[in-house]
Amino acid sequence: MTQQDTVVLPAVDPPTGGEGPNADVPRLLSPGVSRGDQVFRGAMRSAGLVVLAITGGIGVFLGVKSIPVFRTLGWSFFTTSQWNPETGEIGIAAVLVGTLELAAVAIVVAFPLALGLALYISEYAPPGFRRALVALVDLMAAIPSVVYGLWGVLFLMPRALYLSHWLSLHLGWIPLFAVDTNPHRPVWEQGIYTSSIFIAGLVVALMVLPMACSVMREVFSLCPLSEKEAALALGSTRWGMIRTVVIPFGRGGIIGGTMLGLGRALGETIAALMVLSLAFDIKPRILELGGSTTSVLIASRFGDATSFQLAALLAAGLVLFMVTLAVNVLASILISRSRSGATSG
Amino acid sequence: MARVEGADLDVPRPIGRRSLDQRASVWGSAAAGIALGWLVHERLIASSGWFGLLLVSYACGVLIYVAVSYVGNPATDVRDRLAAVLITTAAAVVMAFLALVVGYTFWRGREALSHLNFFSQDLSRAGPLDPLTGGGVLHAIAGTLFMITIAVIVTVPLGIGCAVYLTEVGGKGSRLVRTVVESMTALPSIVAGLFILVTVILFLGLPRSGLAAALAMSVMMLPIIARASEVVLRVVPQGLREASLALGASQWQTVWRVVLPTARPGLTTAVILGTARGLGETSPVLLTAGYTTYLNLDPTQGPMVSLPLLTFSLSRSPEQVEIMRAFGAASILLALVLVLFAVARAVVSRNRGSR
Repeated sequence: MTQQDTVVLPAVDPPTGGEGPNADVPRLLSPGVSRGDQVFRGAMRSAGLVVLAITGGIGVFLGVKSIPVFRTLGWSFFTTSQWNPETGEIGIAAVLVGTLELAAVAIVVAFPLALGLALYISEYAPPGFRRALVALVDLMAAIPSVVYGLWGVLFLMPRALYLSHWLSLHLGWIPLFAVDTNPHRPVWEQGIYTSSIFIAGLVVALMVLPMACSVMREVFSLCPLSEKEAALALGSTRWGMIRTVVIPFGRGGIIGGTMLGLGRALGETIAALMVLSLAFDIKPRILELGGSTTSVLIASRFGDATSFQLAALLAAGLVLFMVTLAVNVLASILISRSRSGATSG
Repeated sequence: MARVEGADLDVPRPIGRRSLDQRASVWGSAAAGIALGWLVHERLIASSGWFGLLLVSYACGVLIYVAVSYVGNPATDVRDRLAAVLITTAAAVVMAFLALVVGYTFWRGREALSHLNFFSQDLSRAGPLDPLTGGGVLHAIAGTLFMITIAVIVTVPLGIGCAVYLTEVGGKGSRLVRTVVESMTALPSIVAGLFILVTVILFLGLPRSGLAAALAMSVMMLPIIARASEVVLRVVPQGLREASLALGASQWQTVWRVVLPTARPGLTTAVILGTARGLGETSPVLLTAGYTTYLNLDPTQGPMVSLPLLTFSLSRSPEQVEIMRAFGAASILLALVLVLFAVARAVVSRNRGSR
């Protein structure tokens, strides 16, 4: 461990002052690369290329495998909602809508909580508590999704039913919260409120929240102290300081972190698979039983798929990947833009 | 009260701690909120359930707090107080959910964990109806360890090598590599599993096995570890590299003896967190490992099950015993992740202490 402080370097050739005949000839300064370094560079370069081959290979592979699917099915692949290989109906319209609905629920729930928690950690928490909170948020991000799924099915679902019922009772006139039953019945039908996109979204919200929160907190912590102190010195309250300095400064991080969470929510499989009961129809009624997302489709249909169906699943995976990639790229642009503002300001 | 204080201009306003007025209004409003909430919820709406009661009480408490604050404070202060309450609530709610997820899992898992055979047997002889005194998850523990070991062996040299290439060697291709690696962190894990399923299992003809699952995990972990390591290596001060090179060390020696040791804690954390991510992934394993109830110690042959996959499979059973086992397996998984996480924190903080 002490090596970290005292780095032992190999002995350099002792100075040969005036001994040899070549003493006065200046040493060549152009940095020739020694053989050892050439081997080293080659090895590292090949590691980089292997990683490129593996990761890039997936993208290329998905693309190549998807081309015949797109060619055979054409636009109907995007407009058909059913996935019935027996009847030749294969399409991802319903799962795409389901994916977006689930991710939207997750983000709507996670965003205010993540923002509040990030602000609390960076502005309100006492210093000792702050480090513990940061560790807890990191821990929350590391909890396996299957644990969230298990908790969601067995703990949250039986309780969130009442919330679903309440929402449909009072907001049922909005198509989003409508349910295909009469919510005013004295003994309301509990079954139809289970396994819905809404409940799956709640579970996924907990999973994406720490990710969004830690990005936001990091950007907030870069906020220049002098500006915060200036706001306080001008007589601003703490909230006034947050509203006029911290949030405008961290806007890129807030949006970027949220989008990073969105990307994760779009690709989440196992928790959604555990909560949702599979149904392939496009519907706006998120409180109602049944739904599906792209990743759930893949996880539930890979087993009995023929090679063309597998290719179709790969095409669905490609579409999903493209969506998450676009979201992530946008997020990283926004985050890096807000960080570059930190250095210039 | 605030007005009286405000009139005395020479007394500085306390910034750090709260005044008696603030503390009194917080606790008073909380008590009043609970009382009013109970009245509204139980008597006026005539509803039941603790969640509704909590929500109504909270709303009442906040309203009362705002009203009380208005009595002696300007509107700016009231807004400040309201914001503080809402932000603190958000933090408390998240932490409560975290405690709930972890606590509930361990609580429901305690029955399965209290039987020692849960750790020493597999599920081959214990059916869904057999009591917890027989059968266990040894096969899943072994499977998880095999898979994660293979995945770590594959990903750590490649990932760190790739990061070293990006930060130390560079060159023409590095931009492309960096872009591709970064975009591949967006790859949904299920697609990684599907990729391995189609290429390794269906095309190369490898059976569904621990090895295939480990490869799927590797594909998923590789960009994560490579990217995190690159970030860590990039913050190694340039001065250290230059000093080493100026002393006559070759580039290889500089990387091996200066850059990597300096970045060691960060690299360790990156690897550990990547491992924790891979450990908990279910979907790539679901597609590639198959499912078995037997202990299988050969990752190249036959199906192998991991803890997350076992948890997932058991949780689909309607039998209560299987659900208990699922929670037991989830508890072990969670404990593994917690241990890894604690180790990562310890590595970071020990290094911080030694500097």
